[in-house]
Amino acid sequence: MTLRKRWFAAGLAAVAVATVAGLAFGPVRLSPVGVALELLHLHSGLTPREAAIVTELRLPRVVLALLVGATLALAGGCYQGVFRNPLADPYLLGVAAGAGLGATAVIAVKHNAGSLAVPPAAFGGALVAVALTYVLGATGTRYRTPATLILAGVAVTSFLTAGQTYLQQRDAGTIREVYSWLLGRLSTAGWHDVLLMLPYAAVSAAVILVHGRSLDVLAVGDEEATSLGANPQRTRVLLIVAASLGTAAAVAVSGLIGFVGIIVPHTVRLLVGTGYRAILPLSALFGGAFLALADLAARLVLAPAEVPIGVVTAFLGAPFFIVVLRTVRQGSV
Amino acid sequence: MSTAASGGNTVEVRGVTVALDGRTVLSGVDLDARAGEWLTVIGPNGAGKSTLLRAVGGALSFTGSVTIFGTSTADLARRARARLVATVPQQPTVPPGMVVEDYVLLGRTPYIPALGRESAADRAVVHRVLERLDLTRFASRPLARLSGGERQRAFLARALAQEAPLLLLDEPTTALDIGHQQEVLDLVDELRRDQGLTVLATTHDLSVAGEYADRLVLLAEGRVAAAGAPAEVLTEELLSRHYGARVRVLPGEHGPLVVPVRW
Repeated sequence: MTLRKRWFAAGLAAVAVATVAGLAFGPVRLSPVGVALELLHLHSGLTPREAAIVTELRLPRVVLALLVGATLALAGGCYQGVFRNPLADPYLLGVAAGAGLGATAVIAVKHNAGSLAVPPAAFGGALVAVALTYVLGATGTRYRTPATLILAGVAVTSFLTAGQTYLQQRDAGTIREVYSWLLGRLSTAGWHDVLLMLPYAAVSAAVILVHGRSLDVLAVGDEEATSLGANPQRTRVLLIVAASLGTAAAVAVSGLIGFVGIIVPHTVRLLVGTGYRAILPLSALFGGAFLALADLAARLVLAPAEVPIGVVTAFLGAPFFIVVLRTVRQGSV
Repeated sequence: MSTAASGGNTVEVRGVTVALDGRTVLSGVDLDARAGEWLTVIGPNGAGKSTLLRAVGGALSFTGSVTIFGTSTADLARRARARLVATVPQQPTVPPGMVVEDYVLLGRTPYIPALGRESAADRAVVHRVLERLDLTRFASRPLARLSGGERQRAFLARALAQEAPLLLLDEPTTALDIGHQQEVLDLVDELRRDQGLTVLATTHDLSVAGEYADRLVLLAEGRVAAAGAPAEVLTEELLSRHYGARVRVLPGEHGPLVVPVRW
């Protein structure tokens, strides 16, 4: 088995472990073996009530965490390749804030955070945000560093978050709906949310995953990529749209969960080296497992109360970001 | 590998004019490179040498025409062009962490379907090129960790993996010491003879230009100031006029040797 195949096997194993752990632990503690057997439709020894807890309550939540984590990690890896910037991340680029503004606008009108109109509106907001960040941070200025793009992302995030806050404060009904969504809706997740997100996540993942080689070519810069026969501008636009679609869908169903897109792809890069054909699918696997475990931590640390999952990922992600930033300064990423 | 078109000219540049940021960098440049020839473009800083190479390689837009193997580059699709012209830029990007083998594999891009993966034949070309350039033992080492001479060979390897009959080299030896300069240039010359490549290069080193090129083109302020055999272009009069340099030109075995002198 090659090294890469071993990492794929490890990624699948991580997803399986995170899934079983996410289903077994909680206010009612179940046997992991029983949970695993129940999942495989085998005789599990769980009581009907316990089986219902697994399949009706916990499973949609775990599946949604896997889906959101995979999508955000994939989007992060994709943005890093497209912008040739190791600091790029759906949240740091302002894409999530744009999606948040779009989602809030719909919630303000419909007073329903589960509306079918939320993902498309979030997608619109995400595209506006990434376009703004790109224009402000990656074009025009002659002397730019990886941090320039991120500073532009910070400015765009502040601006769009201000707009989002204004919308949510306008009336009381909106505030409550928006807050329950902002803090991460994984806690109330049902199959409805999974189905709402799935088509967008699938399209986004499919487009990104088939472009692994194109991202490797982009790594030499636009002029050289062009001389190699590639079309970097077209690839870039397509991939930005795809990554923003995935981010928007994740934000629409789960609120603001940061740093997954930077922690996971960088860890994968450390494990398997460069080469987006390995980084992208492994990021999806480990991203899903990571968020499912982070969600488990969010449920357990203050049990019976829950910590918003965005708090858990930020707690791990912010120090990680600093480490990446320092490596970038030393020029080794 | 395709050989030269019947006309015998691999590259025909006619009236090429380039404006960058509102400044005219090249105006009305004509140039011909014959099949199998090594043609070197010389000229002072800012004369437009790199710009000319980038225009031929399709990296920037220009007015006038560039014809490669009988086809105007305006009519060539990106991938078709990349099979005919391979470029080693002046300062190639070194993608962080990318290993030499993956880097050289990028040279196969024009042969790999847009969303497909490389074939065994593509891998074989990469291995052959690595072998030929004595890079096999560095195959799984990050490009960034090679020495200057090894890295220049890796840049060349990617271009050779394109199997293009026209090779554009923009100051291929600027970053190298004199021993590695000769190593790289000898290697290019050998490859040119073995594979019938046409080489279009730029350089600042006038002696090296005379030693390796069949013909020289002297660019000054975006125009062709002189063109011809090294002995016709490397004259004290032309170099003093266009470079403002004080030089002696001495006869050498392969071409004139240009030596800077003090008053």
